[in-house]
Amino acid sequence: MSDNKDKIVVDHMDLFYGDFQALKDINLRMPEHEITAFIGPSGCGKSTLLKSLNRMNDLVEGCKITGKIEIDGQDIYDKKVDVNQLRKQVGMVFQQPNPFDMSIYDNVAYGPRIHGIKNRSALDEIVERSLRGAGLWDEVKDRLKRNAVGVSGGQQQRICIARALAVEPDILLMDEPTSALDPISTSAIEDLAMELKENYTIVIVTHNMQQAVRISDRTAFFYLGEMVEYAPTDELFATPKNPKTEEYITGRFG
Amino acid sequence: MNERSTHARSRGVDHFMTGIFYIVGGSAILLLLVLATYIVIKGIRSYYPGVMGFTDAGIGNQLFNTVYLVVLSLIVSVPLGMAAGTYLSEYAKQGKLTEIITMSIEALSSLPSIVIGLFGYLVFILMTGAQSNLLAGAMVVTILSIPQITSTTRDALRALPDDYRTGSVGLGASTFQTIWHVLIPACIPRVVTGIILVAGRGFGEAAALLYTTGQSTIIDWSNWNLASSTCPLNPLRPGETLALHVWMMRTEGSVVQHSTEIANISSMILVIAVLVFNLAARLLSARIVKKNRGA
Amino acid sequence: MTNKAASRQRKEKACKTLVMLCGLLIIALVIVIALFLVVNGSGTFIQYHHSVFEFLFSSDWDPSDTPGVGGGKVGALIYIVGTIYTCALALLIAVPFSLAAAIFLSEISPKFGARFLQPAIEIFVGIPSVVYGWVGMTVLVPFIAKKFHAPMGGYSVLAAGIVLAIMIMPTITTLSADALRSLPPRCKMGALGMGATRWQAIYTVQVPMAKSGVITGVILGLSRALGETLAVAMVIGKTRAFPKGILYPTNNLTAAIAADMGNTANGSEYNLALWSMALLLLILSLICIALIHLTLKKKKEY
Repeated sequence: MSDNKDKIVVDHMDLFYGDFQALKDINLRMPEHEITAFIGPSGCGKSTLLKSLNRMNDLVEGCKITGKIEIDGQDIYDKKVDVNQLRKQVGMVFQQPNPFDMSIYDNVAYGPRIHGIKNRSALDEIVERSLRGAGLWDEVKDRLKRNAVGVSGGQQQRICIARALAVEPDILLMDEPTSALDPISTSAIEDLAMELKENYTIVIVTHNMQQAVRISDRTAFFYLGEMVEYAPTDELFATPKNPKTEEYITGRFG
Repeated sequence: MNERSTHARSRGVDHFMTGIFYIVGGSAILLLLVLATYIVIKGIRSYYPGVMGFTDAGIGNQLFNTVYLVVLSLIVSVPLGMAAGTYLSEYAKQGKLTEIITMSIEALSSLPSIVIGLFGYLVFILMTGAQSNLLAGAMVVTILSIPQITSTTRDALRALPDDYRTGSVGLGASTFQTIWHVLIPACIPRVVTGIILVAGRGFGEAAALLYTTGQSTIIDWSNWNLASSTCPLNPLRPGETLALHVWMMRTEGSVVQHSTEIANISSMILVIAVLVFNLAARLLSARIVKKNRGA
Repeated sequence: MTNKAASRQRKEKACKTLVMLCGLLIIALVIVIALFLVVNGSGTFIQYHHSVFEFLFSSDWDPSDTPGVGGGKVGALIYIVGTIYTCALALLIAVPFSLAAAIFLSEISPKFGARFLQPAIEIFVGIPSVVYGWVGMTVLVPFIAKKFHAPMGGYSVLAAGIVLAIMIMPTITTLSADALRSLPPRCKMGALGMGATRWQAIYTVQVPMAKSGVITGVILGLSRALGETLAVAMVIGKTRAFPKGILYPTNNLTAAIAADMGNTANGSEYNLALWSMALLLLILSLICIALIHLTLKKKKEY
């Protein structure tokens, strides 16, 4: 385990949907250049927490957050924070691949364009760099003008990762990014995630415990809106401290 | 950095566009309110004694004709449309025939009403050699209504859970018994909602009636001999409807006294009728939603 | 017992046949309507030997009204241009407005939209076209005359375009809003997650993805505008001349049919030329349906 400095700090955070409390007193520090995995049964709050990290929960009516979430020491729920800027800094990859109905090139160039880059050669460069980063360049370099909705699911998901990388985020949030994919595409995405952590801080929500073991440095286990246990991944899976964690990772529920 | 200014601009544009959308949404509502209020106030202010009477100076006869025509048309269109809808939902198999029926419904519902009116003129007036009459108009409105009643019935039946069918058939009921005693009663509220809207359309239809119902009304309210051409209930007499009357008041405005007032008041009645029909349909469907929630 | 079962089966079969006949009746209706229009509408070309080209592309209109006597002129171009002109103007006004209303309904304020805008739109649909025509005639036409100093007292293409726009707005709005609502939320989330503003997500991602639904709505709106009769007839001015601009009066297919059909002798050249115009309307509305099917066929699943 490295001694990287903390990139994301969640401090006494509660989250409510109306009257329902979805997350209870979450405290968590995620270091730079590591992969942190969130695991737990459906409805435990792991995806909710992930979406709080780039304020996608703002879009849910009646969602209220107390406590603090800091990225690089800055409270992201502070009034002065520019949400669009925050989401540029904290990229997100979704459960279902969601390429836009436009060419592969335009998909990847989407982010840079909305953030103000118009220069064609600069965009060309970003698209190539991002697709290379997503390990997709050689596969698609001859058909950048093709519609992204028409390619395979695994390629779609990597286009989405390239799209997220194109705005040069520091953090990449992945919400069960392989749950809709076949095993080969899944392992390609996992390899990619491990390469990417050199330059990015990655938080991944997964249903698949093997996946957490294979790629993550730290794992947090959630249950009924609470964070039950958080430890380096090998530790958490080898010697879980909490009986609930043990039950879950040995497959007795969830 | 200029990224900050890009974001500031994007946010500015976003706020601006949000404002535009509110203005558009609001102005649509405002337009309706102004339109409806204008028509109603204009109608009320155009009131003169005798306007609701059943003479040439009033519109009582036209109002009666309209209601009578809608009733006549519903008597035909409701059974036909519901039967066709039942066939599509409960009997028809996926295939060419079903597809052709569906396409026909679509074609029929998109035909301009003047075209259907001309067809009615040809078939019910020219080919039968009859004078313009209410029944011919009612048949044209029937043709206009059948597509919607059919598709409403079909959709309402399809929306019923399969338990209704298996439950009834499991008790030994035949397909038709199931339809008649279980399925149709269960979807009646939705179908009635559709029928109310269809009736509303019939109420205001004019283009299709131009050459079928005739543009005159001579009724003798003391004459109840159905065969007589002045009997109010004789469907084979000419009978101008309210909507048609508005049109007539415009083209022959100079001839009739009070023509502007008559058109204003008729418009008011037509708009109020639309509001009432819509409200009725809305209340009914609200009740369906409530009932389904309770179940 | 077997007797009873047999009778029950007979009854069952009779009922099935009955409802099926009602289904077939709809097909028959469409075929018969089309047939009658084709038979009557083709009279201009067969009985009176005019060319389709003359009918569609000439503006000389002087048909004879004596049955059996031809030799007149049946160029309907003015009516066709009138129809195209008014419908195009109506779309020009209605499409942006409807799209904005649809976005308001589906994205900006679904709650307020469902509570107030949706019912308002449904009432707009229900208002009879003579009422639109009457208000157009008594309010819009004088307004245009006064504000723009239009000739012919304000009866104009502009008045017809505005009235039509209001009448087709509900169709386009409803179908576009449905198309936007049926998009999976992950597409919108993808854009927002990149830091796009709501408006950026709407116009760069959501509207393009909903385009087949929007196009369907526009075509359906167009087909309503093509066939609308009395509302247009009341404000267009019914002048058989090409309009020199949107402030000028002209005439269109439906208004001409409505006004003249009753004054012509059955079977005369004039009469049959009007039937040809009705046939043209039928063909146009079938083309609209075909276009809608083509659009939906190309629709992608996301």
